[in-house]
Amino acid sequence: MQPGLYHILFISTALFFIGVYGFLTRKNLVTMLMSIELVLNSVNLNFIAFNKYLWPHKMDGLFFTLFIIAIAAAEAAVAIAIIINLYRSHNSINVENAEELKY
Amino acid sequence: MPAIIYILIPFLPLAGFVLLGLFGKKYFKSASGWIGTLLMLVSFILAVYVAYDYFSATSIFPRNVPVKYTWLVFSENISIDMGILQDPISMMMIVVVTFISLMVHIYSLGYMKGEERYPTYYSFLSLFTFSMLGLVLASNLFQTYIFWELVGVSSFLLIGYYYDKPSAVAAAKKAFIVTRFADLGFLIGILVIANTSDTLDYNTLIATLTSTGSEQASSAAASTFLGASALTWGTALIFIGGAGKSAMFPLHIWLPDAMEGPTPVSALIHAATMVVAGVYLVARLFPIFSINTPAVLDIVGWVGAISAVFAAIIACTQTDIKRILAYSTMSQIGYMMFALGVAGYGGESGLGYTASMFHLFTHAMFKALLFLGAGVVIHYVHSNDMKDMGGLRKKMPVTHITFLIACLAIAGIPPFAGFFSKEEILLAAYNGNTIIYWIALITSGLTAFYMFRLYFSIFWNKPYQADHHSGHKSEGGWIMLFPLLVLALGAAGSGFIPFGKYINTDGIPLESHFHLQFSILPVALGLAGIFMAMWLYKKQNNRPEKLAASLNGFYKAAYHKFYIDEIYLFVTKKIIFNLIGRPAAWFDKNVVDGLVNLAGNTTTAVSESIKKLQSGRIQQYAIYFLFGAIGLAILFIYIWK
Amino acid sequence: MNGSDIIFYLLAAMTLVCGLLAVTTRHIFRAAVFLLFSLIGVAGIYFWLQYEFIAAVQIVVYAGGIAVLIIFSIFLTQQAGDKLPKQRIDRKIFGALAAFCGFALVMIQVYGHTFFETEEGEVTVSVFNIGKKMLSITDGGYALPFEIISMLLLAAMIGCIVIALRTKKENS
Repeated sequence: MQPGLYHILFISTALFFIGVYGFLTRKNLVTMLMSIELVLNSVNLNFIAFNKYLWPHKMDGLFFTLFIIAIAAAEAAVAIAIIINLYRSHNSINVENAEELKY
Repeated sequence: MPAIIYILIPFLPLAGFVLLGLFGKKYFKSASGWIGTLLMLVSFILAVYVAYDYFSATSIFPRNVPVKYTWLVFSENISIDMGILQDPISMMMIVVVTFISLMVHIYSLGYMKGEERYPTYYSFLSLFTFSMLGLVLASNLFQTYIFWELVGVSSFLLIGYYYDKPSAVAAAKKAFIVTRFADLGFLIGILVIANTSDTLDYNTLIATLTSTGSEQASSAAASTFLGASALTWGTALIFIGGAGKSAMFPLHIWLPDAMEGPTPVSALIHAATMVVAGVYLVARLFPIFSINTPAVLDIVGWVGAISAVFAAIIACTQTDIKRILAYSTMSQIGYMMFALGVAGYGGESGLGYTASMFHLFTHAMFKALLFLGAGVVIHYVHSNDMKDMGGLRKKMPVTHITFLIACLAIAGIPPFAGFFSKEEILLAAYNGNTIIYWIALITSGLTAFYMFRLYFSIFWNKPYQADHHSGHKSEGGWIMLFPLLVLALGAAGSGFIPFGKYINTDGIPLESHFHLQFSILPVALGLAGIFMAMWLYKKQNNRPEKLAASLNGFYKAAYHKFYIDEIYLFVTKKIIFNLIGRPAAWFDKNVVDGLVNLAGNTTTAVSESIKKLQSGRIQQYAIYFLFGAIGLAILFIYIWK
Repeated sequence: MNGSDIIFYLLAAMTLVCGLLAVTTRHIFRAAVFLLFSLIGVAGIYFWLQYEFIAAVQIVVYAGGIAVLIIFSIFLTQQAGDKLPKQRIDRKIFGALAAFCGFALVMIQVYGHTFFETEEGEVTVSVFNIGKKMLSITDGGYALPFEIISMLLLAAMIGCIVIALRTKKENS
């Protein structure tokens, strides 16, 4: 059958929840970051799909996607910097070792 | 008469209290006695002036209020005002109070000399005089209550003056607690009366309640509770307050113990002035008692009569001279009470009222004289007990003569003051209630007996052995004997004042007649009592012991004051403490405190169980977040459309 | 079933499978590479949707920038060789349950909804049009977000340098 809006929405939702599963399950900070990237990508896919199928006379979805890509890049860079800093003080990037803010 | 003069009479002692209390210890340690006495002298002169001015007016003596200050207003008619009421009995009382207080001040200059806390003593005396003057001059029922409590506090302070003696402390507590307990009745009575008559001011109160047909009187008589009208309850409760302060049976237990205080204090407070406050209160509200609630007046009469004979019997057995005088006071106040009790309102039937006030006046004189004389004796012998005394008539002649005059007065021998006042009381009782008359007659015989027992045991009986610690070798300075002489003059001469002309129930002068036939019986009984005492006690012999042995059981009961104290202790310890006090304490500690602790413990337990939620692991937070978001989404989409 | 559909299904499968493998594998380096493939799959979908510019940006920034950044960070924290420890089974169950519930909920909502398409014409998505729209300050232009993003990138750059700076006393 002809792939349409619903198919792409299926893909983006699945990708989103795969990313969520990864975020909840992984113990390593870098792998958690990777899951976040998957989530962001699913959002981008969503925007482009709606732009193409529902509002083809405008380009708003496209611009949103562009900006999200830019911001995601900046955020990944900052996250890496924090991970490196954390690695220096705890000597591991296991997220369970960084639980100082407990009761 | 400018209002300032009325205000100065109680406020000069108050200034004395403040001045001596705050600065006496530091600045004028030895001069504080003179300062207190001087202020008291000025107050006395002003009181005499005011009273003279009032009584030298026309023959009708109105009840007026020269000074009034509206203080707390509760409703349109009910307010607590501070004012000065001027009427015959209040004018008489201010003269009595200031005079006796002045005598005690002068006497204490010698008696309390060398005391460590000398300024404190005088400041307390001034506080007491202020409170008593405020009480007698009060124009409002609640104002009386306020000063009533102040008098109680002053009495407490003065009884417990020697605070390192445990017996004095216990006596002060006992006095305060018993009178406070009675004052509860007084307060409830005030509230009942304020509710039924819608006013607290004396003038308005008496006017509205006694005028027949006024709505307050009829409404007061109509509203009943347990069979008696509201007004009856009110006046009965007020009388309970008065009975507590005046040491009537059965609230008398504090008066003998109050003798732990210094002797001048006993003279002032527990003989002449504070203990008559109850009588004064009934006299102040006499129109209401006699017109609206005659049943309560009956109760007043019987309580007075029972107290009089009860105290007289006990006084015959005691050996501590101050306690004998205390029981004598209780007996004489019983006379004053039942004299009010048998009186009616208006004309000849109001004789009891006049007689009661007359007896109050003369009693103040001779009882203060007796106490001050006893003080001189105690000062000399350094002991309170009659067994350590005897044969002192040659060592202290002035005291001897004045004591004898006082004893003759109290026994009712003419021409001393006590004869006149007692005769009027007996006449009023004869016209009023015959049983009370016979009780009073027997009591007057007993009075003569025990007073002369006291007199003979101190001044005759056996020769004095000064083998105890050496007391003073002389009677004491003139500063202590001067008040005795002045009071002796009063005890001798005050009987001739035509009291009925000035003080009576309805303002119409009452002629006092001298009924020869009537007075033969009391005087004969008095002389019989004197001769019996002379036979038993003038010379040392064993007749008293034989008499006591023959009356065995009754004598022992009287000696132990009829075990009233033990009954009170039993009731409070076994019944009130165990049945009410302990459960209440258990309830307070376990249930009330327990609830509060439970709240705290529950909070701690709940917080312990949920603090694991904050684990510091962000993935756990993320799971909760996700579940929460999904839950909310389902809620909003499917359930709350 | 023409070729375009088959290509689409292939690309979709690659994206999803590689994404799944990226979050479950226990070798960290393999996870990074699987992520790379997943991102390239997404770029492929963009190409299929005929949004070439975005696809290009995706490959340049994500595949060429972020994936490489992640690989660098793996090396910097000396994690490349070892296997990751196994996750507790209950955490995995809960995570899967949460993800599946969320997925089901969203899918039910999406399939139950009718999307209304507009009747207006289509505008060509060319680089020229994108540029014109991005830098215009009128007519719904995106000049302001563009400038803000550029400031954000500057702040992020400075922030990264400051956070990751090795200070003198940490010389160990």
